[in-house]
Amino acid sequence: MTDILMPALSPTMEEGILAKWLVKVGDSVRSGDLIAEIETDKATMEVEAVDEGVVEALLVAEGTEGVKVNTPIARLSGSATASPPPASVVPVVPTAAITAPAPVSQEAPKTLVKTEGSSRIFASPLARRLATERGLDLASLKGSGPHGRIIRVDVEAAGVAPRPAPSAAPPVASVPASTPASSLAQLGYPADSYTLVPLDGMRRTVARRLTESARDIPHFPLTVDVEMDALLAARTRINGLLEARGIKVSVNDLVIKAAALALKQVPEANASFTPEGIALHRHADISMAVAVDGGLITPIIRRAEQKGLAEIALEAKDLAERARTRKLKPEEFQGGTFSISNLGMFGIRQFGSIINPPQGAILSVGAGEARAVVRDGQVIIRTLMTVTLTCDHRVIDGAIGARWLAAFRALIEDPITMIV
Amino acid sequence: MDFDLVVVGAGPGGYVAAIRAAQLGLKVAIIERDKLGGICLNWGCIPTKALLKSAETFETLGHLEDYGLRAEKVSFDLEAVVGRSRKVAGQLNAGVAFLMKKNKITVIEGEARLEAGAPAPLVRVALKAGGERTLKAANVILATGARARTLPDLGLVPDGQRVWSYREAMVPDRVPTSLLVVGSGAIGIEFASFYRALGSEVTVIEALPRILPVEDEEVSAAAQKAFEARGIAFRTGASVRRLAPSGKGVELTVEAGGATEILKAEVAIVAVGIVGNVEGLGLEALGVTIEKTHVVTDSHGATGVPGLWAIGDLAGPPWLAHKASHEGVHCVEHIAGQKPSGLTAPIPGCTYASPQIASIGLTEAQAKARGLSVKVGRFPLRANGKAIAAGHTEGFIKTVFDAANGALVGAHMIGADVTEMIQGYALAMTLEATEADLFATVFPHPTISEGMHEAALDAFGRALHS
Repeated sequence: MTDILMPALSPTMEEGILAKWLVKVGDSVRSGDLIAEIETDKATMEVEAVDEGVVEALLVAEGTEGVKVNTPIARLSGSATASPPPASVVPVVPTAAITAPAPVSQEAPKTLVKTEGSSRIFASPLARRLATERGLDLASLKGSGPHGRIIRVDVEAAGVAPRPAPSAAPPVASVPASTPASSLAQLGYPADSYTLVPLDGMRRTVARRLTESARDIPHFPLTVDVEMDALLAARTRINGLLEARGIKVSVNDLVIKAAALALKQVPEANASFTPEGIALHRHADISMAVAVDGGLITPIIRRAEQKGLAEIALEAKDLAERARTRKLKPEEFQGGTFSISNLGMFGIRQFGSIINPPQGAILSVGAGEARAVVRDGQVIIRTLMTVTLTCDHRVIDGAIGARWLAAFRALIEDPITMIV
Repeated sequence: MDFDLVVVGAGPGGYVAAIRAAQLGLKVAIIERDKLGGICLNWGCIPTKALLKSAETFETLGHLEDYGLRAEKVSFDLEAVVGRSRKVAGQLNAGVAFLMKKNKITVIEGEARLEAGAPAPLVRVALKAGGERTLKAANVILATGARARTLPDLGLVPDGQRVWSYREAMVPDRVPTSLLVVGSGAIGIEFASFYRALGSEVTVIEALPRILPVEDEEVSAAAQKAFEARGIAFRTGASVRRLAPSGKGVELTVEAGGATEILKAEVAIVAVGIVGNVEGLGLEALGVTIEKTHVVTDSHGATGVPGLWAIGDLAGPPWLAHKASHEGVHCVEHIAGQKPSGLTAPIPGCTYASPQIASIGLTEAQAKARGLSVKVGRFPLRANGKAIAAGHTEGFIKTVFDAANGALVGAHMIGADVTEMIQGYALAMTLEATEADLFATVFPHPTISEGMHEAALDAFGRALHS
């Protein structure tokens, strides 16, 4: 008999949602069979069996939230393996840190969530210091050391750059799941007057990261109108040429390309703040915000400055589709040097996004629309699009942001310059 | 399936791996062609420590007046010194046999050869007692170790008479009046130290610009000075051109800085590194990757051939018994489906000369080469009360910290008993201690280990006694 344990799909995963069982009691499974879908804060992944046997029991019901890593989720009987029966699942889309599954006999890692300040968090001194420097709550990390102890690599894997003034920085509050209900009641909203949608992993992550960003980053917006007529004409020609290949380039793809080229022209805008210095990224890895059920996710077009429009179009389409079905691999949405959020399709004229740290800026793209423009004393009609660059003032000063927007506008308004 | 695990080689890597596997409930066999305990217990670490203890005691007898003591007609009995060393080895060899029995590990005496098989290669053993036995196992760990390197083109080949390897040097029938030691790694330096203490005229030849080349440069320099004070001569940056018999002894031609020198001595010890025991195992046919006489593995010891693993000296440097044991335990836990920790634990290194040398982690130069901004601390033992009382003021302790986050990244010591102290820094590094934790740790007074505290404090300008 073998217990199948909740797998860790990423180094930092602490718990997940058992989204769907792909097997039922009585099914025979063999090594490599898909057995379940697990949903984490950012992705859904399929999990495959390592051992052989017959499913004796499903210990966790489909749709259960907050299933802690390493808790038994199912039981196999008649395991065919001779040597010790370790637990037995691997994610189909493995992340770098996945190694052998944890054995049944091993004590389940300590729960790392702080409760009433009573439970001790086990972390190495160096891990504690690095977490403080980066403003990371140790309780949000999963330890890979002995007995789940948090060690240096766990903090570094969280991918947060160290912050400027560690001692002065206020502790980062995580978003407690239970607060809304109780505080709403305290504020006079009867419990039956609303429907409470539980926070899933993605919503928690969005809440935490954007709160940190809005609070901790000194940000400012710069807005400019961009004429679209030449770009739209060019797009028609480009799509005519690509029709045979079944590729369609969207305005957003052109915006990605122009943004990437503008980042090459104004490299100071392709930057991240770290206490050691300003990291100037060598490539324009463009994160594009994709709305998905229950939140948003930012898959990345890497080295967009080197890619052709057809390539960007294909890649963006593929990433967006897989983002909506939560099939992205972590490396496809973690990282990125600059973000683009486009609400033009919803008719939004102008808006300012919150920076996606540790990136230095995000571009908010409004709708392209016919507007009256005064030129040479004449009112003429032009297709205009309003874009807003939200900048992290620690790395991008106003003049740099303005230079970037000028470069971006020039590329959009004279799209032929994108190919030189 | 005959066994869950077959271990080939019963040195400190193999036998420790076998014990850990037995603890985890695996059915284990271990194959050894010579003696349980391998080189370490029988012909390496342990018997040399017995010899060096005799040498160290004899050296102390030479300056008893420092302690207000007197002894007359102090001498030694080489046969008894060597006899004690062999007895110690024999005792530990029997200890390993007991451990195998206690853990119900099947010991098979013979020479192993692998053949393709599934889920792991088949192990064919040419039995010492005659005949052959084939073992089928779920996993096979190779821990066949290494042996002294020889360089026949240069004449650096032991003949057992005038040219010795570590093996002959460990069971001498005489103390040579003059001795050349080729190679200044731990093995060369330990024998140089031993024979010098017993009265040989010793010259150490090193091709690199400094002795103990893996140690921190400051330690190398201090060690050379300390050994020279004991009468050992050195030729560094000296390439061996030819070692040849001459009269009743040997003649060694070396070239240094464009000049050729001929060194004569009664005996030469060859200590120019080691080569992995990769031959005769059938590894080539299995498709195992071998680079520079070592089996290439991943961090868990996997060779790429299903079910076949390699650990210890065979799997590459550093060539140290404790590294082999550590890898053995790690590999077995990985095989058993556990999630072993400590994969990246730093490996300490020790040289048991007089004075002793011990180190762990990065040297100052290595840390800088990795782009770290470093804080370096030093504490001389002559400023330590216990060292003064014990008459062991030679040497110092050096620490290297990463200035960016206060992590201890290296520690280097030379002096009496430092090999027993380095574990303190090993523990600190493995637990990811920062300078603050070393500051906050209370070191007992009076001990030489207080110098470890001071060396950490000194890196941040806070040393109390220097």
